Parts: sequence; C-alpha cells; structure tokens
Amino acid sequence: MGHSGINVLFEGRNFTRLLGGLWTSVWIAVLSLIIGLALGALFGVLRTSKSRLVKVIFRIYLEFFRIVPTVVLLFLFYYILPRQFNLSWPASVMAVIAFALWVSAEFSDIVRGALISVPKIQRESGLALGLNKWQLFIYVLLPQAFQLELPATINLATRVIKTTSLLMMISVMDVINVGQQIVEANNQTNPNGVFWVYGLIFFLYFIVDYPLSLWAKRLSKRNEA
Amino acid sequence: MKKHKFIKKLIAAVGILAVGAVTLTACSNNSSSSSSSNNPSSVAAIKKRGTLKVAVFGDLPPYGWVNKDGKRVGYDVRLARELAKEMGVKVKFVQVNANNRVDTLNANKADIVLANFTVTPERKQVVDFAKPYMKVSVGVVSPKSKPITNVNQLKGKKVIVTKGTTAENYFTSKQPDVDLLKFDSKTQQFNAMKNGRAAALADDNSYLYAWVKNNPKYTVGIKHLGPNSYIAPAVKKGNKSLLDWTNKHINKLNKDGFFVNDYNQELKPYFGDDVKPSDIIINK
Repeated sequence: MGHSGINVLFEGRNFTRLLGGLWTSVWIAVLSLIIGLALGALFGVLRTSKSRLVKVIFRIYLEFFRIVPTVVLLFLFYYILPRQFNLSWPASVMAVIAFALWVSAEFSDIVRGALISVPKIQRESGLALGLNKWQLFIYVLLPQAFQLELPATINLATRVIKTTSLLMMISVMDVINVGQQIVEANNQTNPNGVFWVYGLIFFLYFIVDYPLSLWAKRLSKRNEA
Repeated sequence: MKKHKFIKKLIAAVGILAVGAVTLTACSNNSSSSSSSNNPSSVAAIKKRGTLKVAVFGDLPPYGWVNKDGKRVGYDVRLARELAKEMGVKVKFVQVNANNRVDTLNANKADIVLANFTVTPERKQVVDFAKPYMKVSVGVVSPKSKPITNVNQLKGKKVIVTKGTTAENYFTSKQPDVDLLKFDSKTQQFNAMKNGRAAALADDNSYLYAWVKNNPKYTVGIKHLGPNSYIAPAVKKGNKSLLDWTNKHINKLNKDGFFVNDYNQELKPYFGDDVKPSDIIINK
C-alpha cells in the first residue's frame, strides 16, 4: 500500500480537511440555489409580462449572466465591486451573491419557458371560470409550469454544484482548493497522491450530484407517462 | 394597481443594477484612491483591527503550503507570522494564486503579499515593494535524458510556465520564438511536465532546485536566465505607512539573523546541501 499513494488521503487531518472543503462547496451551492431560484421565479413571471420595457430589461439581465463566464463574474464580484464600493465582505458571501444572480437569470428563462408552454386552453378556461389574474397564476399556471420546469431546474442545480470548483479562483477554501494543497504538500514524497486526491474529489462530487440526476430522470419519466 | 407598483419598483431595481454595471466598466481604469485617512491597511488600521491579513500561496512548498495537520507553513508563512508578532497582532492568511496577487491588494483583501512575489518594473507600477528578502532568477528544468542547457535549444519547442510568473514574462518578452504552454497553478505545471507535455519547464530557479531534488529524472539544465531578481513583500500602491514599517522590520529581522534561521528551518530540507543560505537570502 505504501507506494500507491492512497495513504496521502488519511495522513494527519487530510480526510477531514477534504470533507470540510466539500461542505464549503455544498453550502455555497445550496444557499445560492435557494436565493437564486426564488429570485429567478419572480423574474420568470415578470418576463411573461406584456410590457416591452420589462421584457427587454430582463432579457438583458438574462443574457448578461448567461454569456459572461462564471470565472469573470466571480472576479468582478470579489475583486472589482468591493474596490468600487468599498465593501469588504468575505469571499464566500461574494460567491453566493454572484452565483445567486447567475442562477436567477438562468432560472428565469426556465420559468418563462414553462409558463408559456402551459396550453392556452388552460388559461382561457381559467378566465372563463372568473379567476382574476393572480388566481389564474396561482391555481392554474404555476402548478402546471412547476411540473414542466423541474427536470431543467435539477439540471441547473447539478451545474451549480460543479461550478463551485471555480471558487478557488477567489480564495475560497473549497474541496478542489484543499485537494490542491494536499497534492502539493505531498508531491515531493508521494507523487501518486494526486491520483487519489482527485479521485476522491471526483467521488465526492459524484455522491452529491448523482442523486439529483437520478431524481431528474425519474421526474421526466413521470412526466412522459 | 398593486401589481403595477411592484413591477415598477422591480424595474427600478434592475435599472440600478444595469447602470451600476456600466459605471463599473467605465471607471475600472481609474486608480482607486488610497489616501492615508481612508487606508484600511495602514499600520494604525491593522493594529486597531488586531489582525494582519497576509496573502500567501497554499500550494508551494517550501514557501507557502499547508501541512497534513492543516497548518500553514513555509518560508513566506514563517516571515508572515514573525511580522505579525513584531506588530503585536494576529495573522490571517488569504490564499492566492500567482496571478491574483495584485488584485488581492487592490481590493483590500490583504494588507501585504508574502507569496514569493518577484520584483519587476511592471509590477512596481501597480504595487509598492518593500525591501527584498530573497533572490532568484529564472531557471529551466528538463528531463535528464534530453537536457536543455542553452536557451537556443528551446526555439520552436514547447515550454511550460505558470501564468503571471517572472518566467512567463521573460519568455514572452525576450524569447518570442519559444512556444509557451501556460498553466494556472504550480500543481498543474509540474504535472504537465511529468506527463511530457513539453520539452522543458521554466520558473524561478529556487522552486526548481526543490522540485528536482525529489524528481531525480529531471535536471535544472539552465540555472540562471536573464538578470537576478528579488523577492520582496508587496503592499498596495501608496500605502506608505505599511511600506515604511515593513522596510524597518525587514532590516531588523536581518540583523537578528531571522532569515538564516528561516532558511534552515523551511528551505534547507528541500534544497539539499548543494544550495547555501547565501544563494537565496540577502545579507545586507
């Protein structure tokens, strides 16, 4: 065993440190998703508005966050915004803000797509029953749209979790960053450690993401049925 | 209508965001003013805060790295702890990569950079360097089976460098015929070298001595390329308070023999006996 390099994982506090890094990645992803999905739902509803101005503004918002690479967003939020506005919030907070805005932009498009693909007859029947606009939204459109947007949302969630690997760019001690510290600390004595460290990280991301994938698959099957 | 008002408010909010983004891009070129009255990294401010924020590497043994107990150690890290002790404050580490050392200072994420920061004319324009505490030059490492001993051998060949390092700078400006393969971190660059992705790897010679000691299939074929360069602490441009303080204390530590001690504790086990303290530290 001594030469395979797997012992790198269990030396000192290395394993706990990796799990700690994973926890950092996960809570940042989850918090960003909660905030982002809430905002995104709101923006998505607004994007079905008839006002041109509202549509254009949210379209620009969406395109900005979809086109600008996440690395650039993180740099903007960590290095440039604080300098301009004299903020000094920790990297993890800036990461949550950047991720949440990105998620809200992507999710607003999912919500909009789902809302407009609810069959027209549903909307008209609702109106014929005498529902007002809000009632129509809450009782007719949203429940049906919810079904349609679930698989895409879970897909977005898995992407967010994977993208946390960019957090090391802004000095957040995520699982990849800790992994790299361990790899480098042992590179001299245990050159094969790199395989095990990244292997474990792959496995950790897999355990977090795979249940979500399975769930998405089940949901889309149910929708077909 | 209620809904209408709400939409209006939202539009206003989004509008502000958009304007903010535009202003940002417009004024990102302005140098941010760090007047002494409003300097979050002045000695007085640091003492008041009670912590010295130091930007260090986390993946570069023996300068700045993390040992198996999760503790930050290394030549730079020991200096950081010593400086904080001199100031009578706690130390807080901010881990950086080679190419975000300047931004970390500019965004006030750290008061001082002790991350193997080599002094260059270009960098002098964006940060203020204190008195150097180490000297190095660019070296080139290559496999022993196909050694590169002269820079002319590299023409048209691939050379690995890390983005934002002195080596990248040197090859980009002085050796345009060399094909550079650039990476973000030391981890990546050394892995690429081991995977045979290039003919050679260029970096500060001090890293290379250490790496070669544990990778005996490779050799530092070119030990010195270009001029000698110096590694110094860096503070945000215009932070005179901390700059003067650091200079004074680097001198003091030098007199106390701190750097020899630091060398013997942190660097010697990595460099072996071929390298002497006087090759690395500055005895003035």
